[in-house]
Amino acid sequence: MCTVCGCGTGPHDHHDHDHDHHHHDHGDSRLIAIEQNILAHNDRLAEGNRAYLAERGIFALNLVSSPGSGKTTLLCRTIEAINNRYPVSVIEGDQQTRHDADRILATGAKAVQINTGKGCHLDAHMVGHAFESLEPANGSVLFIENVGNLVCPAAFDLGEAYKVAILSVTEGEDKPIKYPDMFHAAAMMVINKIDLLPYVDFDVEAAIAWARKVNPDIVALPVSARTGEGMEEWLAWINEGRRRARVVSP
Amino acid sequence: MHELSLTQSVIRIVEQEAARQGFATVKTVWLEIGELSSVLPDAMEFCFQAVAAESPVAKGAKLEILRVPGTAWCLDCAQSHPIAQRFDPCPACGGHHLTVTSGEEMRIKEMEVA
Repeated sequence: MCTVCGCGTGPHDHHDHDHDHHHHDHGDSRLIAIEQNILAHNDRLAEGNRAYLAERGIFALNLVSSPGSGKTTLLCRTIEAINNRYPVSVIEGDQQTRHDADRILATGAKAVQINTGKGCHLDAHMVGHAFESLEPANGSVLFIENVGNLVCPAAFDLGEAYKVAILSVTEGEDKPIKYPDMFHAAAMMVINKIDLLPYVDFDVEAAIAWARKVNPDIVALPVSARTGEGMEEWLAWINEGRRRARVVSP
Repeated sequence: MHELSLTQSVIRIVEQEAARQGFATVKTVWLEIGELSSVLPDAMEFCFQAVAAESPVAKGAKLEILRVPGTAWCLDCAQSHPIAQRFDPCPACGGHHLTVTSGEEMRIKEMEVA
């Protein structure tokens, strides 16, 4: 319904089809129906990224968390454990510095740093350009480490297979319902730093229960990147994703 | 503050439509923002004023935000129910097996142009 004159007639055609819009005059001005998703531009670029990855059989994960949850340490340990059995590359997103990309490069994996400046999230456009310099190998695993932020990256599809939310036990176990959009968008929740459980009041079962309230299907995986506990299951999950990405695109 | 990028996307769409449909200025932009979406309407309005000021087409335009209430389909009791937040239980059975059916919208609905 038109919100100016209240008329309930006229087709609200999708803007991509033609110009047969719901036009009518209000003096010098007219109303046009747009009906376009605000994120349509990002989503189109994300689909382009997804096609690029599918053609090359690359399994891509978008790692999201608060700052300091241990994303980079988890990635370094993951790359070390994969131990060149298959190629791994990393896109690092931070507002400033190359510190994280340098830590990844030290493991021997390919890495490219994106500095978003004032930006609070990576978007599909930045990631598409990162592919150009990174040139991830066919059949590889690509980790996209998003800017540490549990809010904004939830809305931006980068073309990944899954978002993985990382929650460390030094944070509150109720984070999944404090930041429901992110835990709703993620396929997996890695609970990191479980070696610290004896020293903190974090209740793992409660954290999983909160997460399932916003996302009944979320996979929860407690790990310690530091001691290696739980890493085997994490690596198996990555391996299975990689296998499926390659089956789809041999 | 992802509202800033979202607002920039809105202005980009406005400018594309101006070129495509041949209008010079937009007076009002109506957005449909779901109550379960990650958008804070106040932040969006704040960003809109700043971003629109830089756009020849959108300069001085008014932003109107239409909120869309959240509804979800409960897989356990096979009914649609209103929900206020993502983690709300099904008001009928108390379960969490809900699929959101509306309230996630982030759309440009209409524009008044001249």
